[in-house]
Order: sequence, then C-alpha cells, then structure tokens
Amino acid sequence: MRDYEKYIRYRTFPTPWCPGCGDGVILKSIAMAFAELNLDPDDIVVVAGIGCSGRMPTYFNTNTLHTTHGRALTFATGIKLAKPEKLVVVISGDGDATAIGGNHLIHAARRNIGIKMILINNGIYGMTGGQVSPLTPPKFFTETTPYGNIEPHFNVRELLTAAKATFVARETVNRLMQLKQVIKKSFQHKGFSVVEVMSNCHVNLGRRNKMKSPLVMTKYIRDITMNMADFEKLPPEEQAPKYPLGIFVQDTQRLEYTDLYYNHIVPVAQQTGVQGEK
Amino acid sequence: MSQRKVLQGNIIVAKAALAAGCDFFAGYPITPSSEIAQYMSKEMPKMERTFIQMEDEIASLGACIGASLAGRKPLTATSGPGFSLMQEHIGMAVMAEVPVVIVNVMRGGPSTGMPTKPAQADMMQARWGTHGDHPIIALYPAFSDEIFSETVRAFNLAEKYWNPVILLLDEVLGKAHMDVEIPEPGSYEVFWEKTHEIKDLNIYDRKLGENPPRIDFFHGYPIHIDSLEHDAHGWPSFDAKTVDKMQKLRMQKIYQNLDDIIKYKEYFMDDAEVMVFSFGISARGALAAVKTAREQGIKAGLFQALTIWPFPRAALQERFKKTKKVLTVEMNMGQMKYEVERIAPCDVEKQTLLRANGMPFSPAEVLDAIKEFAK
Repeated sequence: MRDYEKYIRYRTFPTPWCPGCGDGVILKSIAMAFAELNLDPDDIVVVAGIGCSGRMPTYFNTNTLHTTHGRALTFATGIKLAKPEKLVVVISGDGDATAIGGNHLIHAARRNIGIKMILINNGIYGMTGGQVSPLTPPKFFTETTPYGNIEPHFNVRELLTAAKATFVARETVNRLMQLKQVIKKSFQHKGFSVVEVMSNCHVNLGRRNKMKSPLVMTKYIRDITMNMADFEKLPPEEQAPKYPLGIFVQDTQRLEYTDLYYNHIVPVAQQTGVQGEK
Repeated sequence: MSQRKVLQGNIIVAKAALAAGCDFFAGYPITPSSEIAQYMSKEMPKMERTFIQMEDEIASLGACIGASLAGRKPLTATSGPGFSLMQEHIGMAVMAEVPVVIVNVMRGGPSTGMPTKPAQADMMQARWGTHGDHPIIALYPAFSDEIFSETVRAFNLAEKYWNPVILLLDEVLGKAHMDVEIPEPGSYEVFWEKTHEIKDLNIYDRKLGENPPRIDFFHGYPIHIDSLEHDAHGWPSFDAKTVDKMQKLRMQKIYQNLDDIIKYKEYFMDDAEVMVFSFGISARGALAAVKTAREQGIKAGLFQALTIWPFPRAALQERFKKTKKVLTVEMNMGQMKYEVERIAPCDVEKQTLLRANGMPFSPAEVLDAIKEFAK
C-alpha cells in the first residue's frame, strides 16, 4: 500500500465519475498532499457541495461531509470556527463555487478564514447533464446554450484577488506532481486558500465541442494554459483566451479569521466585561 | 438565586440560550430578531464562545450545522424572509440528524411584509417549509417565563433527538420588554448527551424509536455525513429497503417520544364549554378574555399549545370528549385552525378569530368572540 492510500476510502468505490474524468487525478493529488504532510485522517474534514465534485468526500478516509448545492463553504466556516486546529478542505465545482455559491466564495475570501478550497473548473454542470456554467468559455455549446454561450466567464484569479483572498493558485489535471505541490502549499497556508484546477469534462462539454475523448480535451487544456512567466510575456490581446498557471497570490501577513477571533477579540472582550453580564 | 428583571423578549432568548450551553451563534441581521445576534456578539467572546455574522441566512444555518457536527451547541435567529432562505438547510439538518436551534421571530408577510409588526403566519412553514417528508419540532412560548424555559427546552430537545428545533416567537414577544424571572442555574434541566464513542461506521444504526447517539467529527474514527439519502454508515444509498428503514428511523425518533416533546397549558379547562385554542401573543389576549368571561359566568377555557409541532393531537382529542365548542385564535388567515378542524369530531362546533394585519388581538376582541360563540 502506498502511503497516500490510507487517505482513500476504497470500500465506497466505485466512484460515479465517467472514465477519463479529471476528478480521479484531483482525488489522488489531494490524498498525496495529505500523505506528504503526514496528517492524522481524523484531523482532516473534507466538505463538498453538489455535483460530480460533491461526491468526492465520500472517497476520502477522513471526516467527510456532503452538503447542499453551493453552500459547502458555510458548513466549513462553522467547522473551522468550532475547531480551528483542524484542516478543513472544501471541494467545489465551478457551478457550485461561482454560481450558486458565489456569495459564500467572496465572503470566505474577504474573511480570510483558514479553509482550503479546491475549485474544480471543468467549465460545465456535469452531473446534471451538461448545462452552461459561469466558467464556461464564450461561444461554447452546452445543453442550455445550443447556439453558443453569449455570457463572458468569470476569471477566478481576478475575482478572488479582488475579494482579498490570501492564497490564489491555478493548476491543471495534466500535471499531477505540480498539482499535488500547489495543493500541499495551500494546506500549509494559514488563511483562506483557493486552488483552481482546470479539469476535463469530455463527456458533457467536450462531446458538444468537438473534443469527445479525454485525450483531446486534456490536450485542449494543455494548449490554453501556460506558466505565469510565459503568460506575462504575451501581448494583452493574446493573453485573453489563455489561463496562466501557478501561485498568483500568497499573502502571509494578514491574520487568519479564527486566529483574530480567539486570540484578539476574546481577550479584549474578557477584559472589558464581567462574564455573562450586560 | 433567581433574578427578577425587566428584559426584552429577544434578550431573554439569548440569555436562556447561553444558560442552555449554546456556544456557537451564526446569524444575519433582520428585524425583529437582531437583538439576539447583538447580545450574542457582545457576550459570547467573553465566555470564549463563538459568534459570527454571516453573509446571509443560508450561510448562517450552514455554519450552525457545521459547528454542530464539530461538537458545538449552535443557535441562529431570524424572521420571515430569512426563515424562508433557511428552509433548504433545515432539510439538511433533518437528513444528517444534526441538532440546531432556529429562532423565528415572526413578522407580517408574505415577502418583506411588515418588518415591525407581529404575525403568526409561519406556523405551517415551520412544519412543511423544507422539501420532502421530515419530522420537525417547533415550540412557541407566550409568556415571559416561558420564553426562558422553552428556549432551554429547545436546546434539550435538539440535543436529545438530533433534529433541528424551531423556536417561534412573534414581533411583540421579541421586541417587548417584560417582567421575567431568570431562574438560578441548576434549577432547570440542561441536556448534554455524553460524547458517544464511535467505534465503527454504523453511526445511524439503531432500533426504531430509539434516540440516535451523538454523531460528530473528530472522535478518532473518521465518519461520513451526507445530505443524500444514506445507509446506516452514512454513505449514499438509494436502495428502497434502506431508504424505507432510514426514513422510519428519522420519523419515529420524534413520533414515538411525543410525551416527552409535547407540552401545553390548560386554563379553566376542567368544566369549559367553550375552548379557546391559541398560542404565542394571541394566547395572552385569549387568557385575559377567558378570565373575564369566567367572571361574567361564561364557562370558557384556554388550551395554550407550547409545542406546535408535533401537534398536541391526543390532548386536544381528550378535551373534545367534553368540550363541544372550540374557538381558534391566531394572527394569520387560518393555519392551525386546519389542524384543529382535522382532529375535532363532527359534534364539535368550530369557530375562528383570525387576523393578519399586524394588530394583536385585544382581550376585549377575544371576549366578544367567546360571548358570540357561547350563545
């Protein structure tokens, strides 16, 4: 047994994911990051919302919670506040995190609460059969944009940077070792962190856009992504359709929310008033 | 020693919650419940308990459920529009069997309605607001001392039955300052289930009607909690037999323990010919009216429901054996009257006094209705 396998709950297999899905790579990379940090499975809680990504916690042999659509961050906030010493990981899809859960995403970032979010961006609502999401690229065909997508998509990096997130990174499922490394770094970060993982849904997005095999779709992901250094050399008009990879924001100066609450607010409150009295 | 004080209803709720061991509050400002959050934001840090103002009511209840799964006793407080937003997570708490107390200080509706006026119009929403078949406990105090005792009881029932408990109040009860006896700690029961040692994954496995054990994270044995229908391990399962079993387990933990959950008060009911059925702020007007009616020789009595859901069906049915007239008084266009009508036998005359315009019933109005009905 390899060392990351103790974080996998094999008895709940098989997964509901289609053959060739990027979610399996992400599952493995998260487990590998757990193993490299040598964490006790009981010190971890993995929370997820709804969708293909929402089913991922079931397969981790840690404390796991499958919640409602888009609200995983709210449950994670409660858990982190109750037990600040635990590693609270949220796994979310693009629709889950940026559409129905968009409000919670920007507020978790603003608060800088120490939740580690893995945002799986496959550009589609996969589990419901392939509807357009806020991260579907323009002009793409989906079940609900049969004539092409007319909405621009969110840039997660810019959205979260504006929301004052203290750790923002992007990786792809094509690069397992880099992905594991970035996830590990995000776990070591104290405040709120988001790792956006570009993943392939060849079944529900690729199939409608001439990329129906996992190989073609992952090649497409390889072509639209590039390292930050290469990205910055591009002229602005060529930057627009490309996705840079790497760690964009890593702010270790700003204090984490639970640290502020328990180590700064609680002592102030205790000095100023008698317990339980108005 | 107990203390006699003049306090706002919302503050009584907050004090009672802290007395019941509430150590986590997540909420969102909404009239007329905001004082609960304000009081908690001031007092909880002093006691090393946790307060957070979330970005909306959905997030508030989500955070409460998360905290509950991490071993806390959570509370959130809201009013109509926020209560509507919370419905999805009430279902989540029922499905995952998570204890949480939700205060709904009812105001005039629908929609934004009348934020500063009382109503009793969320009675059915408290029962059926979230989708799917589910058990629910809802309590509704009417007098100041009951606000304290029912708040403590809400936490006890949540902890005992691992289910969300809704504490209903109305704008008057929430906002009015009233004379209240704050009992001495130790003079009332505070139920706190001992941490159940989780040894295997059969976390939901139990006999029908049995109370579930405490299920929460970080006890040395990693577990899975799901909003999907699940088996005894908590793992997703849509197998018809398993689903059938789990649904019955969730329902029967409440419906086989009705004696423990249902609470009501009866005033002058022993020889009553006219029964007034009421609750919350309406019961206050009704009690004064019943007393005056007695002085005037009318045999009137009051049945005040403290537990709204599950409905005190058996107790009412017992009363209907002798009392053949029932007057339901509530501040809505008719909600609990349907419950009364459903269980009252054919030979019982049913009458209602309903209003949802933001004006509570005065004793004189209830008295007039009793007199008219008693003729």
